[in-house]
Amino acid sequence: MHNAKSRNASVSGLALYRRMAWASIVAQLRYPGTFFLQMTGNFVTTLLGFFGIWSLFQRFGSIGGWDLGAVAVLYGLVNVAFSVSETLGRGFEVFGGEYVRTGQFDRLLLRPRPTLLLLLGHELRLRPIGRFLQGAFVLGAGLWLAPHVSWSAVWLVPWAITGGAAMFLGVLIGQAALCFKTVEGLEVVNVLTYGGVEAGQYPLTMFSRWLRRFLTWGLPLAGVCYYPALAMLAHPDPLGMPLAFGMVSPAMGFVFLGLMIWVWRKGVASYVSSGS
Amino acid sequence: MRIASPAIEVENLRKIYRVREGGSWRGRTREIVALDGISFAVPRGQIAGFIGPNGAGKSTAIKILSGILRPSSGLVRVGDLIPWENRIAHVARIGVVFGQRTQLWWDLSVGEGLALLRDIYGVEPDRFARNRARLADALDLHAIMDQSVRQLSLGQRMRAEIAAALIHDPEVLILDEPTIGLDAPSKLAVRAFVRDLRREQGTTVLLTTHDMHDIEALAERVIVIGHGRILADSPFEALRATTLSERRLEVDFIGTPPVFDLPPGAKETERDGRSVTITFDPRQIPAPALVAHLGALAGLDDLRIGRPAIEEIITRFYADHAS
Ligand SMILES: Nc1ncnc2c1ncn2[C@@H]1O[C@H](COP(=O)(O)OP(=O)(O)O)[C@@H](O)[C@H]1O
Ligand SMILES: [Mg+2]
Repeated sequence: MHNAKSRNASVSGLALYRRMAWASIVAQLRYPGTFFLQMTGNFVTTLLGFFGIWSLFQRFGSIGGWDLGAVAVLYGLVNVAFSVSETLGRGFEVFGGEYVRTGQFDRLLLRPRPTLLLLLGHELRLRPIGRFLQGAFVLGAGLWLAPHVSWSAVWLVPWAITGGAAMFLGVLIGQAALCFKTVEGLEVVNVLTYGGVEAGQYPLTMFSRWLRRFLTWGLPLAGVCYYPALAMLAHPDPLGMPLAFGMVSPAMGFVFLGLMIWVWRKGVASYVSSGS
Repeated sequence: MRIASPAIEVENLRKIYRVREGGSWRGRTREIVALDGISFAVPRGQIAGFIGPNGAGKSTAIKILSGILRPSSGLVRVGDLIPWENRIAHVARIGVVFGQRTQLWWDLSVGEGLALLRDIYGVEPDRFARNRARLADALDLHAIMDQSVRQLSLGQRMRAEIAAALIHDPEVLILDEPTIGLDAPSKLAVRAFVRDLRREQGTTVLLTTHDMHDIEALAERVIVIGHGRILADSPFEALRATTLSERRLEVDFIGTPPVFDLPPGAKETERDGRSVTITFDPRQIPAPALVAHLGALAGLDDLRIGRPAIEEIITRFYADHAS
């Protein structure tokens, strides 16, 4: 009978996430050969991207007043941050096609857990490890090549990476929230993810005024990568922002993520009142 | 706790869908009234059947009761919770099976899926072990526990789905067309299981179906819905007495059917080529008597007796109640 009300032991959200993540890892490793090939492919393609930048330096010596070491730091930060968000946010990436279009989102709503947690648990993706390793390698090389690296880099590197990962995760969540309105033409939003990674690899000084504004106050790419990089390299900002800004600016990634979570909640509420 | 309160209470529930016509951003919106003020209550431990033609609003009502859709107006209480205001607490106490879509994970085995649900619902390990064993016995799941959901037949999958919906001991089980597409043995297994569940666990069950046999086998209570309104809400026997008591007799002749008289309680409803359809009420004229009456006709080839399909009954019922 149902009189025993206190029957459910609570499993914390984190413990549940670990379970779901583990199940997805087991599924991904079911075919280890394929997995290893994909990861290597991911490593090589992203590394080729860096050689593109490197060859620019071979020709021009410096870009926007930055030498190769400094750009490598920027490149490494953006790619590592993005790979972390790709690893965590796969459920948001496939949300339109696999949840909204198929009606599977209803199934998620039937589970007594927050939808964001369930979608994080969709998959802990291992493939972006290729990009992660490659980015970390370039970041290390950049710090070694740079003429002067401040001691603050010790904590600024992980801080910038977490801020960046939060920002990119925010983009993925925002992109998923848009699927509540329409599942068509969302490729446009990839401008913010893949385009963001591309843009983040170059110094902010290279962009036009309005793009600089957007990349600082809209999508806070400069806050999570450019300014922290300046601070760790003790490289004064040509645009006049004080160096200390780069020590707090990664928080902008979390503000952006918070904003996108709010947008997500609005999206769920509208879905629940309109029907699929 | 109010022991006497019903498991499900619905009051004047309305749902209006707004659909955009034309492009997805611009264009006019059209309103579809899916539920036009329905009210009913299901006492604890009852099996209630929800029937009605396609588009009647059954799934809409089920979605609202499940907490995945917000009504335009009206009140719903399941236990003492309002589903859409307290989704997480509400869904922890109900189990839902949608016949048309899976609740399990395609890439996991049935056993792995159940284990994941244990953590999602926070079921204690020993309770989980007991429930899993009980459900595996009752639904005959032992042989498919290690098989991935992708590989299951529809009948096997439906049994696994039902286990998945019950692993956390819900107080209310909601089934939306649970027997759709199943073969006869699987249908029988599902019906037997639901009957036992209600008897042994006292679970309240609300189901929608197109299969009149499901209703006949399971429901003590039938709620007929059409165009978003409740047309009838009565014990199954009462509905059967008024609408379902009707039988049909199809009579084939070797040549063109003759014109013939029928005893009271029977009437000719259709004549098509070599066959004639007769509708009769077995309380007025028992089938053997009717067959004996027709046996005297010349050129008789074959006789088939049956019940009208649910769609036909509902359509008739609806026509009777529309005005
Ligand atoms: N998400 C939706 N958006 C717009 N109209 C819908 C939606 N879902 C159902 N409808 C409409 O609402 C009515 C009731 O549908 P439904 O509840 O699915 O009926 P049933 O389950 O009884 O077949 C139908 O006219 C259907 O077309
Ligand atoms: Mg339906």
